[in-house]
Amino acid sequence: MLSTSLTMSDLLFLLHGAWVTLQLTFWAMLLGTIAGVVFGLLRALMPNASRPLGWVLDAFRSVPLLIQFVLFNSLKSIVGLDWSAFAVGCIVLGVYSAAFCTEIVRSGVLAVPMTVRRAARSLGLTYSQDLRYIVFPMATRIAFPGWLNVVLSTMKDTALVMWIGIIELLRASQIVVTRIQEPLLVLCIAGLIYYVISLVVSRLGARLETRWQEND
Amino acid sequence: MIEINKVHKSFGDLEVIKGVDLTVDKGEVVSIIGGSGSGKSTLLMCINGLEKIQSGSIRVDGTEVHDKGTDINKLRQKIGIVFQQWNAFPHLTVLENVMLAPRKVLGKSRAEAEEVAVNQLNHVGLGDKIKVFPGTLSGGQQQRMAIARALAMSPDYMLFDEATSALDPQLVGEVLDTVRMLADDGMTMVLVTHEIHFARDVSDRVAFFRNGLVHEIGTPDQVINNPQKPETIAFLKSVS
Amino acid sequence: MFDYTFQWGAALKALPDLLNGAVVTFNTAALSMIFGVLIALILAVMRETRNPLLNGIANTWVSIARNTPALFQIYLMYFGVGAFGFHVSSWAALVIGISFNNAGYLAENFRGGLKAVPETQRFAARSLGMTAYQTYRLIVVPQMLRVVFYPITNQMVWAVLMTSLGVIVGLNNDITGVAQEYNVRTYRTFEFFALAAVLYYVTAKLIVIVARLLSWRLFRY
Repeated sequence: MLSTSLTMSDLLFLLHGAWVTLQLTFWAMLLGTIAGVVFGLLRALMPNASRPLGWVLDAFRSVPLLIQFVLFNSLKSIVGLDWSAFAVGCIVLGVYSAAFCTEIVRSGVLAVPMTVRRAARSLGLTYSQDLRYIVFPMATRIAFPGWLNVVLSTMKDTALVMWIGIIELLRASQIVVTRIQEPLLVLCIAGLIYYVISLVVSRLGARLETRWQEND
Repeated sequence: MIEINKVHKSFGDLEVIKGVDLTVDKGEVVSIIGGSGSGKSTLLMCINGLEKIQSGSIRVDGTEVHDKGTDINKLRQKIGIVFQQWNAFPHLTVLENVMLAPRKVLGKSRAEAEEVAVNQLNHVGLGDKIKVFPGTLSGGQQQRMAIARALAMSPDYMLFDEATSALDPQLVGEVLDTVRMLADDGMTMVLVTHEIHFARDVSDRVAFFRNGLVHEIGTPDQVINNPQKPETIAFLKSVS
Repeated sequence: MFDYTFQWGAALKALPDLLNGAVVTFNTAALSMIFGVLIALILAVMRETRNPLLNGIANTWVSIARNTPALFQIYLMYFGVGAFGFHVSSWAALVIGISFNNAGYLAENFRGGLKAVPETQRFAARSLGMTAYQTYRLIVVPQMLRVVFYPITNQMVWAVLMTSLGVIVGLNNDITGVAQEYNVRTYRTFEFFALAAVLYYVTAKLIVIVARLLSWRLFRY
């Protein structure tokens, strides 16, 4: 057995970091999904009016997340807001994931075949009934796998909040490394935790998807 | 000469060829007819080693096809094959499709390969289509291109695997005319076909396949006009 | 409450240095893409074979690359490999880390690309006497390229964005690195990083535009 100076409290410290990672992911995805659904519907149903919105969101996808953290953080102090680093992390990650959710919602709505919508309208459904009973349920299923990918990449992107001073999983592992000088072991544990979270999320998603398909 | 001796071939548990014997002489045209799943297409794939066999032997000009020591790529140069789905290379122009193997396999220069390719394309009546991509051609034209592509390797044998069955009816004629032209030139050919009338016209011999075996073989007059076995009679009745 | 005056002049003076940084950023991303594409091709072929060892290695690679943060992968190269006594520079760790990530994501795309080329194309090529290698090089890969061209472009943009992580392991001459150097000296954080953001945006858009022009040229069929 290899000897290690990794203690139980170090491990708990890592797990606490993982908990912060999960919390960040949750709040960021909540914000990102709500904004993404609203923006996505705007982009799909009013493509011309919402074009400027599309450009803005595209800019968020084309600039590194790290830079966005730094910019928002410094803007915060310029304006003089007294927000915690955690709130900044959630907002920046949330907006970033909203930019991706928007595209997924938009293409989900647009993927509902025109023939299906025409069939719905031919039965006498109104425009809003068509959206509620036909388009949204179908689009949700089409968009779900893409949305799940956004959840997974947001979870991984939380690693960047260390730059604005939040101690999440990766930063926690770095602190432990500095203390006990066993980078390989500690990083492998951190990697394993990320891996397990990813696996659990994608398994849950896959199960949900098959359950939907059974009902089809 | 192609000599097929007691060949067995299975896919997993399913035995599709169950001991076929068949010899094709130089200059001969042999047609293979039979229902789907009778193993006739698989046999063609075995002749140029695209499918492995379990037992028996296939020799082309005395060379064992399924021997590990045989340079299969060398052997394939003298056996051209044309598939049901013509398999044009979509990313290359018609000319490039035909030039590719002469250049890369035979090592011809670009100019030599182009000369060969243009000749063959003129031969099959596609001389005015050499610069376009196959995707813009009709099925019949793509199939004629595939024939030119095989001929550009100057093969000694040509195998046709249901070359017309994926084509629209009005395009079948142009491909059959091309095959007939080859027969008239004295090319040794094995045709797997559903076109019974065509088989009767161009073949020296016709083989009726059934359940992975040669069930009846002979001249077109014997097999198609005066079949002896009841299964052959039933099959011919079902397709005419 | 809003008594901050933006000083864009100072930021603009940093522009030449930032542009040099953009060249470093682009080169780093491009290099990691070259490695990424080559390794991904190998991984995709390894996953096609029936050899359990090759399969296992390739699948492990792909799943680590896809299921852990890119920053973690860079860390592992920088601190983890360093533990074996090799000194890995920040830049090398960044290139290796991003190459590892690119390869994992691209391998998955390439697998889809390989499936998109029908088996009959391979038969046709082999029937003309081409070797297995010639068949891959002249028939399969060119057709696969069309299918995976868009994902490759996407990954290239990702690679550019990922290079910004270099600053966390101490890289100081790419866009983010240069911006950070100026930031430490002057504390004009917003100005420098806003300029950096613009440069990343422009780089990303240029890549997309060039890729589109290239695809018109390449895929005429």
